[in-house]
Amino acid sequence: MARLVSRRLVGLLRKESLQILRDPSSIAIAFVLPVVLLLLFGYGVSLDSKHVPVGIVVEQSSSEAGSFLGAFQQSVYFEPRFYATRQAGREALRRHQVKGFLVLPADFAQRLKADRNAPIQVIVNGVDANSARLLEGYVQGVWTSWLERELQARQIQVARPVEPETRIWFNAELASRNYLVPGLLVVNMTLVGALLTALVFAREWERGTLEALMVTPVTLGEILIGKLLPYFVLGMGGMVLSVLMALFLFGVPMRGSFWVLAVCSTLFLLAALGMGLLISIVTRNQFVAGMIAIVATFLPAFLLSGFLFDIGSMPVVVQVITHIVAARYFVTILQSLFLAGDIWSLVLPNAVALLLMAAFFLGLSRLLLRKRLE
Amino acid sequence: MPPLLQALGPSADACRSPQPVPVSPLAIQGLTKVFRPGGRLVQALDAVTFDLSPGVVTGLIGPDGAGKTTLMRIAAGLLVPDAGSVSVLGLDAVVEPLSIQSQIGYMPQRFGLYEDLSVRENLDLYADLQGVAASLRQERYDRLMEMTGLGAFMGRLAGRLSGGMKQKLGLACTLLDPPRLLLLDEPTVGVDPVSRRELWSIVYRLVEEEGMSVLLSTAYLDEAERCVQVVLLHQGRLVDQGPPRQFSEPMRGKTFCVRIEPGKRRALQAQLSRQPGVLDAVLQGDGIRVVLDAQSDERPPEAAMADWRPVDPRFEDGFVALLGSGRRRGELPRLRAKSASSGDAIEVTDLRRRFGDFLAVKRSTFSVRSGEVFGLLGANGAGKTTTFRMLCGLLPVSSGRVRVAGVDLRHAAAEARGRIGYMSQKFSLYANLTVRQNLDFFARAYGLRGREAKGRIQWALDAFGLGDFGATESGTLPLGFKQRLAMAAALMHEPDILFLDEPTSGVDPLARRELWDRINVLAEGGVTVLVTTHFMEEAEYCDRLAIMASGEILALGTPTAIKARAAREGQPEPTMEQAFIDLIRHLEPV
Repeated sequence: MARLVSRRLVGLLRKESLQILRDPSSIAIAFVLPVVLLLLFGYGVSLDSKHVPVGIVVEQSSSEAGSFLGAFQQSVYFEPRFYATRQAGREALRRHQVKGFLVLPADFAQRLKADRNAPIQVIVNGVDANSARLLEGYVQGVWTSWLERELQARQIQVARPVEPETRIWFNAELASRNYLVPGLLVVNMTLVGALLTALVFAREWERGTLEALMVTPVTLGEILIGKLLPYFVLGMGGMVLSVLMALFLFGVPMRGSFWVLAVCSTLFLLAALGMGLLISIVTRNQFVAGMIAIVATFLPAFLLSGFLFDIGSMPVVVQVITHIVAARYFVTILQSLFLAGDIWSLVLPNAVALLLMAAFFLGLSRLLLRKRLE
Repeated sequence: MPPLLQALGPSADACRSPQPVPVSPLAIQGLTKVFRPGGRLVQALDAVTFDLSPGVVTGLIGPDGAGKTTLMRIAAGLLVPDAGSVSVLGLDAVVEPLSIQSQIGYMPQRFGLYEDLSVRENLDLYADLQGVAASLRQERYDRLMEMTGLGAFMGRLAGRLSGGMKQKLGLACTLLDPPRLLLLDEPTVGVDPVSRRELWSIVYRLVEEEGMSVLLSTAYLDEAERCVQVVLLHQGRLVDQGPPRQFSEPMRGKTFCVRIEPGKRRALQAQLSRQPGVLDAVLQGDGIRVVLDAQSDERPPEAAMADWRPVDPRFEDGFVALLGSGRRRGELPRLRAKSASSGDAIEVTDLRRRFGDFLAVKRSTFSVRSGEVFGLLGANGAGKTTTFRMLCGLLPVSSGRVRVAGVDLRHAAAEARGRIGYMSQKFSLYANLTVRQNLDFFARAYGLRGREAKGRIQWALDAFGLGDFGATESGTLPLGFKQRLAMAAALMHEPDILFLDEPTSGVDPLARRELWDRINVLAEGGVTVLVTTHFMEEAEYCDRLAIMASGEILALGTPTAIKARAAREGQPEPTMEQAFIDLIRHLEPV
């Protein structure tokens, strides 16, 4: 009997593999989709601002003002544009030619000499709050470091009660890409995993082949594994490709161990594939299944996984909801593995959560898949 | 059986050797099944009880919606009945579906083939699933391939096979592990008559050589006569069960063929079918086939002058006698063409249609005279619908000339479209609009407004007996009423030419007769009617017809002329089906 069981399963696996090889759409979903998405978002989405156009109004030129502007021009973050009056600067801001502008007032040099400090005015377009805050921070940074150098050059000791010495851990370059790319990888693989299996049962329903399958002595477990395994292999292929791209194309560091990555990816992919299977079993319609797979995986993974928006700052209700988003756990694991290392206190609980989600989706799929047509 | 064993009940039965007493392969008791699509109740099966005879072919006969597929699926363990019991090979279908499934063969309506797998890969898959030992496979494959004639196509993808070949492969896949009970759900629908015949001969061989019991469902009443036993279902109820002769024999002496000159046959047929005492009157080539009531022995006076001779009864006669009592007999309202003209309504020259590298229609040439009923007869995929869509200006022609209502479709498609009505296979109704709203929409779509539109809508409700259903959502109408509504919608603008694409597919024989009565009235009123069908007997109702196969017109002419071409020794009076088969054999000398 044991031999019989394995023969039925082997038959199903061979059938599914042949279908995958003959229908390029699953291969495209597994390999082309993650590559395209990773390229698109990896290069497109960045939280760093560089070459930001900034207006500068110098009301009266002086050697101090010139030195400050020099520091400004050297910075990679800014692209200064000069305006003669505040009026002109304001106008440029309004026309979106600059993201903000700063004014060196007429008494800049004078007050700097007298008070060892001088006010400069910074006006930032607050419509895009994130960029505005970044811009404000960058301007502040340029100003402080210039002031320090300037005073040192004049041998003036500045009294500072506290000197903060900042060190940045895990992502020393503060390149947002290093933590965005792992997150993107998760978002993509959620979509790929769910989409791969969302269509397979729906397709068999629509073509009427499932009815013929159901009347053979095949068991539901065999049908489910026969669907899961081939797409798992395919999804893992896409996963490996994405990780390679992250490491070698985007230069993301890898500080954890690969076997932990492999185990966690397996758990995550099982959860994503399980979700797709569930959608497919419930909808029985390829179009609906495809739409649901995109809406139910891609958007929550993007918005609620914490890769782009900090979960801690979400309202409590939304925070609770994020717990049913599998991507959330995998984002944490991947960010830890790529940027920090095998941090077991992070990896373990999240891996357990993934295991539970995979078990939930696959278990529910098994429960809802009936050898009945009703 | 000793009393002790009896007392032990089924568990003791299970210990015995497998077949001490012959059990019925399929015993059905009080089977009831109700579906609730969208909140409304559909009684698919209503207390159906019968036993399947072992070792023979039993036909499960009934129109669409009779409950055939539901019954098959319950027997295969795919559906759970609401009440009643089903015992398959002595096993309860609700309790032990898995062990039933390992012993029966079941072919669903759509064959269940994987179209992107080759013939051999499909066979391998089903052999694996049915647990056929590797050592036995080659022998079984050889035998099935010899039976089905598919041996030469082992490497071909199933999707590239013709309809008839797919059906045979589907059958082969269910036979890999020889089942004791074979359930075939409408295996012959939409397949050409040659393939139908081949399928039947395979089924006969299986019964004879392997001792299988077969339950085969079909909506073709003529196939009932090929079965040893017939189970007749209608609207979920069992009408009767028995050998097919049991249905047709009571009609012996009541069935006649009336011959009359061609010009008068429609009028006489309409007259006869309204006569009390006449159960059924349908056109058949040059004549009219008449079935008289069991009580009345007299010939109706109208037919007295015509040539009147008795013919053998058919299964269909018994069917009409059993179920046709409630048929309407009133005179149908006149339907008249707005601008009836003489000459050719449609002229087609060298028509071709290409889809990629596939020629769906190859060099068709024919013409249809005004006021004629013209039929296109062929299996699924013969090119009938493609031809229709080109004639209606819905599909551009690849090459060739088409003139419809005197207008060249290439230059003035819109003008031609105003003069034609088109009823598509799926009826093109808005399921969630009421009958009146549908009519209102189609009236507006044809540019009717105000009093004129109102008048036409009222006409449609009256002429098609839809008055009581004005406020009913059209999706919930029975199939026959949907078909009436669709026809009314296609006639809203009083077209000169009416295209009906498979109007009778899946409709029961009584509703089919009613539709043809309406077609006849239209033809009398000067409307040109083009109709596609895969029912052979409907070809007889046409004035002229074209037989199509794989995009080609094989024969063109009156039904009588086409049949006469197939006449030869041993086949002096060929039926339309025999004529069709001869034509196809010419095309593919296999």
